Amino acid sequence: MNGAPTAQRGAPPLRVQVKELARRSILRTIRQPAIIVPATIFPLILLAINSAGLDSATTLPGFPTDSYLTFALAFAFLQAGVFAVIGTGQNLAEDQVSGFWNRMQLTPIRPAALVAGQLAGTLALGLFQAATYITVGLIAGGHIQAGIPGALVLIALATLITLAFGSIGLIAGMRANTPENVQGLFPVVFVFLFMSSMAMPRNLIETDWFRTIATYNPVSYMIEGIRSLLIFGWDTEALALGFGCATVILVGALTVASLSIKGRMVRT
Amino acid sequence: MTDSPNGTSKTAPSLSRDNGIEAQGLVREFKGEIRAVDGIDFEVRPGEIYGFLGPNGAGKSTTVHMLTTLLPATAGSARVAGHDVATEGALVRDAIGAALQEAALDPQLSANEHIRLQGALHGMSKRERVARGEALLERVGLTDAAGRKVATYSGGMKRRLDLALALLHGPRVLFLDEPTTGLDIQSRTALWDEVAHLSRDEGVTVFLTTQYLEEADQLADRIGIIDRGKIAAEGTPAALKAEIGRPTVEVTPADEGERTRAAELLGPFGELVPASPNGAAVRLSDGSEELANIIRAFDQGGVGVANLELHAPSLNDVFLAKTGRSLEGAQAEAAQEGDTGEQPVLEGAPA
Amino acid sequence: MIARYFSVAGGIARRLLDTFVHSPALFVPPLLMPLFFFVAFAGGLSAIDAAPGFDYPAGYTAFEFGFVLLQASAFGGVFTGFSIAADFQFGFGRRLLLATPHRTALILGYGIVSLVRAAITVAVVTAVGLVAGMEVLGDGTDIVALYGLALIVNIAGTLFAAGVALRFRSLQATPLMMVPTFLFLFLAPVYVPRELLGGWVHTVSAFDPATAIMETIRDLLAGQPADFLLALGVAVGLAAALAVFAIRGLRSAEAAG
Repeated sequence: MNGAPTAQRGAPPLRVQVKELARRSILRTIRQPAIIVPATIFPLILLAINSAGLDSATTLPGFPTDSYLTFALAFAFLQAGVFAVIGTGQNLAEDQVSGFWNRMQLTPIRPAALVAGQLAGTLALGLFQAATYITVGLIAGGHIQAGIPGALVLIALATLITLAFGSIGLIAGMRANTPENVQGLFPVVFVFLFMSSMAMPRNLIETDWFRTIATYNPVSYMIEGIRSLLIFGWDTEALALGFGCATVILVGALTVASLSIKGRMVRT
Repeated sequence: MTDSPNGTSKTAPSLSRDNGIEAQGLVREFKGEIRAVDGIDFEVRPGEIYGFLGPNGAGKSTTVHMLTTLLPATAGSARVAGHDVATEGALVRDAIGAALQEAALDPQLSANEHIRLQGALHGMSKRERVARGEALLERVGLTDAAGRKVATYSGGMKRRLDLALALLHGPRVLFLDEPTTGLDIQSRTALWDEVAHLSRDEGVTVFLTTQYLEEADQLADRIGIIDRGKIAAEGTPAALKAEIGRPTVEVTPADEGERTRAAELLGPFGELVPASPNGAAVRLSDGSEELANIIRAFDQGGVGVANLELHAPSLNDVFLAKTGRSLEGAQAEAAQEGDTGEQPVLEGAPA
Repeated sequence: MIARYFSVAGGIARRLLDTFVHSPALFVPPLLMPLFFFVAFAGGLSAIDAAPGFDYPAGYTAFEFGFVLLQASAFGGVFTGFSIAADFQFGFGRRLLLATPHRTALILGYGIVSLVRAAITVAVVTAVGLVAGMEVLGDGTDIVALYGLALIVNIAGTLFAAGVALRFRSLQATPLMMVPTFLFLFLAPVYVPRELLGGWVHTVSAFDPATAIMETIRDLLAGQPADFLLALGVAVGLAAALAVFAIRGLRSAEAAG
């Protein structure tokens, strides 16, 4: 083994760093069925229960569809976002606790690569979840009014939402210090989803203050964007609001997460 | 070939100052005015194994984190492999490898996948990292396990993989932070052999922190003893022990009740030191020639001797002489104070 | 011996309650969860009470209170199960097993914590409901009876979670505590009376023990005739079965050493 000093190689291009970290993130995700299964199954269980339990809501005047399953299907995609927050945050916290974070810092890695790499696994899981919900939803009798093109747009929006929530997870992972603390966020994030138009159209929410909260909650617009594809077909305004809210959250959370990660990379 | 101070032979490739480590007045303060490292100066010569010995909480890991650029120093300066750690961090990282206190592995990845990731992040070509990875895994005995997830590895296997990853990009300086903690005897010995080989045959400079006296004694060319953030002593193991110089005699009287009398009889021969519960011990003022006189004194004093032992100075004696407490005692103190080890990395900002 | 038994239980409870005082992050999220569900369902779904066939006299807020009361009670036990799992995962549980010959007292100790936690949560949720204008049409006896049922559900939830925690002795088992409890609650008539449930949920809910308890709580709250004895029998039977489950879990932990 040649022990002579090696020539300085310099940092690899950003795309190489992102590619390798993304590969690790995806492998890490797909090798843990204990993470994939609950994240995929739990929203489907809730979907089944809610669509049967709240079916009578479709008889209310003004309810937009006679299939509560189709109405509720949108919520499953947002629940995937909750698992994205927890999963991404936990992974990042685990890396810090285990010392893997230090291992990465000893390489010429760039903060942008760390961020993109961590989100890759989240993205892979999000795509799997989206495909599953669409498939199961259609088998169970739901429908996509916007057809196949709508399904593709739905997947795009669902992916954007997953990335947005995953970026929030990065912030949680940086702040929480331990994976257990990230887990403790689960009820808080979950309830944030409930304070929206997830169960009832906003115009049918009777309680004024709740309707106000739902109106200001960006989750409502993400749900309504997805729902519009399922129920109405092509509703430009709903789609614009859905994509817009997801994008704003993604950009904002990514910015904060990137600054946080850069700040934590205290290497000289 | 040259001889190192501890008697091993070393090859002498074209060593230069670029393989060394220098620290001057290095300080690291944490919030709450905790000075984990309190102004240390030392130099590690190219190609040597430098043992950094001290109890838990002494400042070993904090020092390592500063030298490996993971933690900025509060004050002072350091150069590693010819580069300033504060202003040339990227160049330092390119020249060093580190196996820190935690094995720092992803349990979901295999050894091969770790090699791929780390090699790619260091800018190695695929051919280079595959060849070097295979060679390193063979050297640390992980070829057969290379395709398995790290979650299935034993503690010793994880440490060996950690070492292989630290060496992957061919560093000139290697930092090992308590590398054998928790390992069995076999794994520990294998690691020692590997470290000795790196230094002796490949000219890699090794900075090794440890709380094990035997490890420092056997492996290191020179030792720095750190306690409470300060360097208490520095030198080769032999020189440090010779500085203390004087052997210790421990006597266990035949009658347990005569322990006090035994101590009185030993008193004139030197300085009384801590002994086992049933005995008395003295550090001889005039060397081992006094042994005969001690036996005569006990005989004349009518105190039967069940056991008499002559101890050469140990590194624990050195630690005791320099810090006023034994290394074992320092460990116990650190445990009582709640020191489970240093965790400097999560403290982001300097005080 | 009896004094020692309760002393052990009291010691366990005191330690954990002390932990909550010093680490509110462990205590607050489980407190918020039922509260938020209450707010989200009662606030967001209140229009449901206009659906044909929905004729609960006390209003939708009270209707949802029936669910939230059970949820707070059951999950008070589940979150205590998390603490048991953590204690055993990190070695403290072994220390507890060595420290006392009265090992079932450990379960009692954790149960006391669960009761305290659930009591605080239920008090908060009740206060919020009353402030929000929840109608309480039942009399004093009815109210005592419905809180009594909630108490037994809390005990059952604790015993279930303890049984799981003692068998797995790891925080990895938390989904195994949460998901069945979630199903226990959500397969009952959460949003509408059972008569208005559609499809398979209507069938399944008939077999869910939570249905009888939840419906009785709602009847008591509305001052309507309630099948209290049935609900009591179901709750006590559930708790008894889960007590066996928990004690067997304890034996499993003992055997593991």
